[in-house]
Amino acid sequence: MQAILEILRRASAEEAPHWEQFPYETADENETVATALVRLNEVLCAAGKNPIRWECSCLQKKCGACAMVISGKPMLACDAKLTDVQKHGAVRIEPLRKFPVITDLIVDRSILFENLRTLSVWLEQAVIAQGDRAALAYDASRCLQCGCCLEICPNFCPGGSFFGMAGFAPAARLIAELPKAQRDALCKAYRAHIYEGCGKSLACRNICPAGIDIEHLMVNTNAAAVWKLPWRK
Amino acid sequence: MKRIHIIGAGLAGLSAAITLSEGGIPCSLISLQPSERAQSVLAEGGINGALDTMGEGDTPAQHFEDTMRGGVYLADPNAVDNLTRHAPEILRWLESLGVPFNRTSEDIALRPFGGQKKRRTAYARSSTGKILMTAVIDEARKFEARGLIHRYPRHEFLRLLTDAGTCRGVRIRDCYTGEICDLTGAVILCSGGMNGIFPGMTTGTTQNSGDVAAVCLAQGVAFGNLEMLQYHPTTIGIPGKRCLVTEAARGEGGRLYIERGGEKWYFMEEKYPELGNLMPRDVVAREMYFVRRQADTGDQVYLDMTALPEETWRNKLSDLRQELMHYLALDPKAAPIPVQEGIHYFMGGILTDEEHRTNLRDLYAAGECTCQYHGANRLGGNSMLGALYGGRRAAQTVLQGEIPDAAESPFTGEEPLSTPAAPALIRQISEILLGAMGIVRKEAALKQALSRLDALHAEYLRGEYRILLARAMLLSALERRESRGAHYREDFPEKDEALRKPIAAAVQDGTISLEFRPLPERRSHAGNT
Repeated sequence: MQAILEILRRASAEEAPHWEQFPYETADENETVATALVRLNEVLCAAGKNPIRWECSCLQKKCGACAMVISGKPMLACDAKLTDVQKHGAVRIEPLRKFPVITDLIVDRSILFENLRTLSVWLEQAVIAQGDRAALAYDASRCLQCGCCLEICPNFCPGGSFFGMAGFAPAARLIAELPKAQRDALCKAYRAHIYEGCGKSLACRNICPAGIDIEHLMVNTNAAAVWKLPWRK
Repeated sequence: MKRIHIIGAGLAGLSAAITLSEGGIPCSLISLQPSERAQSVLAEGGINGALDTMGEGDTPAQHFEDTMRGGVYLADPNAVDNLTRHAPEILRWLESLGVPFNRTSEDIALRPFGGQKKRRTAYARSSTGKILMTAVIDEARKFEARGLIHRYPRHEFLRLLTDAGTCRGVRIRDCYTGEICDLTGAVILCSGGMNGIFPGMTTGTTQNSGDVAAVCLAQGVAFGNLEMLQYHPTTIGIPGKRCLVTEAARGEGGRLYIERGGEKWYFMEEKYPELGNLMPRDVVAREMYFVRRQADTGDQVYLDMTALPEETWRNKLSDLRQELMHYLALDPKAAPIPVQEGIHYFMGGILTDEEHRTNLRDLYAAGECTCQYHGANRLGGNSMLGALYGGRRAAQTVLQGEIPDAAESPFTGEEPLSTPAAPALIRQISEILLGAMGIVRKEAALKQALSRLDALHAEYLRGEYRILLARAMLLSALERRESRGAHYREDFPEKDEALRKPIAAAVQDGTISLEFRPLPERRSHAGNT
C-alpha cells in the first residue's frame, strides 16, 4: 500500500509545531505505524536528516510506550495497522495532547507516575489475591500506563485533582485485594482523586489498548470504595 | 552520601532497589523509560520454584538438577544452588505482594514447563511478567515515596566511570533535556539482554539495544559465554519483531508437528518419549530446524493446541488466544499455529561470581545482562526467577560490603557516546551475525562473518563498540569447538567434557582476549533436599 504519513513535528517544546509529509510505501499489509516509523527513520538517518523522535519498547501492545494520536484517535503505534488508520491515503500522526511535548511525538507522561505516588498505590502489609477478587486484580494489573484513556477523557487534565483511569486501575488492584479494614486510606484517596472527578462519560471504555474491562472494574471498585457494597462477579 | 546506582528498572533492577531500600540504603534507579515499559512485562509462561503445591514431591534439589542439566552443566553450581534454594521464598514474596497467581483450591498452582520433570512453574495465565511487574512496581513505589528509590526514568546509560580496575560510577544522559551527569558511587547493572544487536529479529524490546553491553565490554568488563543465544522454539513473525508463543502452550498440552507423507508427525513425542514437547528449548529448536530440512517433510512446523480443554483457554491461556487471533487471524482452539524458532534470551553476558560481583570493584550485575545461572541453555520459568533473585543477591552483596560515597555532578564536556550508532550499521552487524550464529554453526561461516565485520566502518564510537561486541560473540562461537546447549557446531557435533567451562571475553586496549575459565566446584554443604 501507499500512504502519506503526516507527522506533527517540533524540535523542542518551545518551537511551534509543523506538519511534515512523508510518502510511504509497503508491500506488507500488516505493517503498523510503529514499523513504518522505524523504517522511515532509517531512510532519514541515511539521508543525514533528523529522525522522527518517538518512544517505543515492546512493539506488541504490552508496554504502552508508543501511545500517540493517530488519525485523530489515541492509540499505540504498534497496534495501528496502516491499512486501518489511513484516511483518503493519509495517516495523521501527532503526539498525545494532554501531556507536555518534549519533541516530535515524545510527551512527558511523568504525571501518571506522580499521581500513583500521590494515591499511595502500594501495600503496607502482605495480602494474598484469591477468589473472585484475584480475577479483578489480574485485570487491573494489566494497565499499561500509556495514557490513551486520559487523552480521551473529558475530565482529566494533568496536574488536576482527577487522576483518570490510569490512576484508577492500579488503585483498583489494591482495593480488590486489601481486606476491608485495611483499605480505608486508599478508598479515601480513591474517592477524592478518581470517583468524585469522573463524569461517567465512559469515553475511556473502548480505548484501552490492553482491553481492560474498565466498566466492570469500576462498578466493582466503586461498590467497595464508595458504596460499601459486596463484590460482584 | 551513600547511594547505589542501578542501571535498568525491570525485574532485576527493581528487585535490587527494593532490597537496598529494605536495608536502608538509597539508590538511583536509572532507565530509558519507566518500569512499565521494561522487557520483563513481556514474560509470559511463569516463574519457577519448588513449592511442591501439586503433591509431586518436588524439591529445590530437583530444581537444581533440572537447571544444571538444562544448561548442560555450564552454569556455576553454587550460584544455581543459591537460586533454586531461594526460589520458593521468592514466590512467597511475590504472593505476599498480591500477585494474582493462578491457584489450586488451597495454594499457588504450578504448571509443567520445558526441561523440568515436576510441575514447578507459578503463573498468572500467560501474562505472568506483566502481572508480576505491576506488583513489584507498586512495592518499589512505596520506597520512592519514602525517599529511598530515586528514579531517573528517561535516562540513558552512556558509560561507566572507571579507574584502575574499579568502577567509580556512571555517566547518564537525560533523554528529554540532553543534560549529562556523572553519578559517582557503586553501580549495579541490570540492563537486560542484547536484543538490539539483532533488531527486529528477537522477542525482546527495542529498549534493550545492546549498547550497555557493548560499552561495558569496551571498558574492560569481562563477559562470558557470548556464543550462547537462546532460540525459542515457538515464535511468530509480527510487524517489526518476533512474538513469543509461550512455552505454557506446550506445558498445557500443545503439540508440535510437521507434515510427513501426508500425515502429522509429532516428532518431539516420538524422539523424546519422556518430556516430548517439553524438552529444553535448545533441543526443541534444533529438532525443528532439522526436521524441516528432511526431504520427506513439509517446511513448516505447527503448534497444535486444538485439543486443549475449554477451561485451559478460559483460565490459563486466555491472553495467548487473544494475541494469536489478533496477529495471525487464527483461533488456536480451532487451527494449528505455524511457529518458528526466534532469538529470545541471552545466556551470555557480564561474568559475575555467585555474589554478583563483576571483575571491576564496586560494579555488580544481575538479570539477563549477566552470564549467570543458565549455562548453555536457560530453562523456561528461570528468567524472572534469575532476575528477581539476582537483583536481590547483588544488593545483599552491596549491603554487606563497604559502600563508597556517592555524588551527582553535571558533565559539560564532550561525550562521544551521546551519539547513537547509525541504523544502517546496526542492521549490517545484525545480518552478519545472523548468518553465522543461527541454530547450527560452523567454522567457515564464523570466520567469514568476522572478515565481513572487519570491513565495516563505524562513524561513531557506539558503532565501533557494537562491532567489538559482535566480534566477541563470533570469536566465542569459534572458540567453543564443541556442541553444548544452544551452541551447536556442525563441525564439532559432540560435547567435549574438557570444554565444560565458560568462555570469558575481555577487552584490553581495544583487543579481545578469550579464555576458558574453570567452573567452581560445588560446595559440599550446598546440597539441598
